[in-house]
Amino acid sequence: MPDTLKIENARIKTRKLDVFYGAKQAVFGVDLDIALNKVTALIGPSGCGKSTFLRCLNRMNDTVDGCEIKGKVLLDGHDIYADNVDVVLLREKIGMVFQKPNPFPKSIYDNVTYGPKIHGTAKKKAVLDEIVERSLVRAGLWNEVKDRLDEPGTSLSGGQQQRLCIARAIAVNPEVILMDEPCSALDPIATAIIEDLIDDLKKNYTIVIVTHSMQQAARVSDYAAFFHMGKIVEFGTTGQIFTTPKLKQTQDYITGRFG
Amino acid sequence: MNNIHPFALSDNNPAHKKLLRRKRSETRFRLYGLGAIIISISFLAFLLATIFSNGFTAFERTMIKINLNMEYQLAEDKLEPTLENIDNLNFRKIISDGFKENFPEATSRSQILELNELVSKHAYIAAKSTAINAFKQDKRLKDIILWVPASSKIDMLYKGKLDVSGDESERKVSDFQVGVVKKLEDARRLKNSFNWQLLTGGDSREPEIAGIYGSLIGSIFILLICMGSALPIGIGAAIYLEEFAPKSRWKTMAEIGINNLAAVPSIVYGLLGLAVFLKFMGLPRSSTLAGGLTLALLILPIIIVSTRNAIASVPPSIKDAAIALGASKMQVVFHHILPLSLPGIMTGSILSMARALGETAPLLMIGMVAFVRDIPEKITDPATALPVQIFIWSDLPEAGFVEKTSAAIIVLLLLLVIANAFAVYLRRKFEYKW
Repeated sequence: MPDTLKIENARIKTRKLDVFYGAKQAVFGVDLDIALNKVTALIGPSGCGKSTFLRCLNRMNDTVDGCEIKGKVLLDGHDIYADNVDVVLLREKIGMVFQKPNPFPKSIYDNVTYGPKIHGTAKKKAVLDEIVERSLVRAGLWNEVKDRLDEPGTSLSGGQQQRLCIARAIAVNPEVILMDEPCSALDPIATAIIEDLIDDLKKNYTIVIVTHSMQQAARVSDYAAFFHMGKIVEFGTTGQIFTTPKLKQTQDYITGRFG
Repeated sequence: MNNIHPFALSDNNPAHKKLLRRKRSETRFRLYGLGAIIISISFLAFLLATIFSNGFTAFERTMIKINLNMEYQLAEDKLEPTLENIDNLNFRKIISDGFKENFPEATSRSQILELNELVSKHAYIAAKSTAINAFKQDKRLKDIILWVPASSKIDMLYKGKLDVSGDESERKVSDFQVGVVKKLEDARRLKNSFNWQLLTGGDSREPEIAGIYGSLIGSIFILLICMGSALPIGIGAAIYLEEFAPKSRWKTMAEIGINNLAAVPSIVYGLLGLAVFLKFMGLPRSSTLAGGLTLALLILPIIIVSTRNAIASVPPSIKDAAIALGASKMQVVFHHILPLSLPGIMTGSILSMARALGETAPLLMIGMVAFVRDIPEKITDPATALPVQIFIWSDLPEAGFVEKTSAAIIVLLLLLVIANAFAVYLRRKFEYKW
């Protein structure tokens, strides 16, 4: 077990987390602390289990047939896999943005208000309007779409759609935002916009981001966890991991020797 | 320098042999495909041409103008001209006397009988009601003029569908009748008018007044019952299997069973309907209720399969997005999956409905093959359906039913085309571009 950095105020902690897809094990005994209001990046080669691990944090793996979780995932000290946990409430606290932008085929307005509506947190139009504006402003999309909120979400460009998805996730007022390679389907300019956005968002939200790009991890994150074959090889502050990695394996990955 | 383009295939170049061969086989393949389409369309065109040429004449029928004289009959019966007495008059005789007066050359008994064959056996009904109305209005007792349907024989004769050559004894109409018809034509007492009774009248033993209305209503009742039971059950089952059922051996067996049921011959469903709905549940034989439920069983597997396909084609990314926002399973299904799979579900439903409209074998098995004159009013009334009506009429001996059968086929085909066109329109309208 590599020595992991102890995080003082960790929002999420995983302890001995194992994930099985049927008989095949994808994640092996991961202990990880996610720091409050910081960006934690999960890096590693393809198929190393980082997306699987990410999806455990908001129990999205529940939707996968035959997926089994062992171990604990603690949000503020409470195990989210306990029997009496309601996943709907959980996902209100932990939002997710996916690799390929997936706005609903509804208007931009309806996309953003969907979350608050189903959770019943807002019903009146005035309140919803305010939520829409606030979320789109925070997602850096407001100026571009404020005159066309009735247009379908799918009519936006790729980068705009992804920002819409971020706005949609924010509208629910989560505390943690999980991002699964959010920029891999976007062009460099859109990527840069979103990276700036992440920098802004971390003031209010705890962010965990899975990324293939080391440059992105280096630019955007405060902490980085290097995954390999379902285990955490090394975890530390971004500065430390990228300049003075403790293990040779980490060094090889970062310098592009493999992966 | 050679003028041959460097990229042009040429027979002389041995290196091009393989490419040329491939090109030629591709051209051949395309011609085969085109040939197949042409053959299919020719068959279809032939079928449609035959049906239309046979059937379009059924939408017209021959009418004969007659003149009613009640005064004479009342005097003969020694009755006062009152409404009640008029109601009791023998209008068949009144019509018959009218013809005898028009054609005094009819002397022999057989000729007089032939005169009576001119109009439909049911013409007296229209005559009576017209006469009663005329009397009510202005106490008229004679010179009441109306057009009544000709008998089927005369109808066929006037439409040119009867063979009038050859020996009289081998024909359906005598020379005398042919002469009379010619005289009526000259006196402008014969005309072809639109046969509204074909579409609004019930079935009859007389081809000239037989109509498809009864079977049309029967088909509509059957369709409503069929779709009303199959759609909710089918769509619900599909949603459950696709979204809620956990993977297990039972689920796999259910899926295999349903997929195979879609291929079972329809007459087997007729047997099932007979056993379950008629024998076990005791539903009335030949009722639209039993027919509709039997057909519902028939199309249920198809609806389940097509709905499942529509649901499965909703991109999982949409479901993921909704789930990640905290939507419950039911919210994902009703807010996202159903609206987005609706075009596919609708298409599958309408196509199933079109199939149910045309199914005959199961309905025969549950007894909808009887002659039903009355228009069904409740779903427990005995009835028949349009395809069964076609089947019954095609078997009847009278010449007049030949064109009627084709006409009924035209109506059925028209309904199917409308249903399918509606399905295409709906699919286009609600199609989503992901």
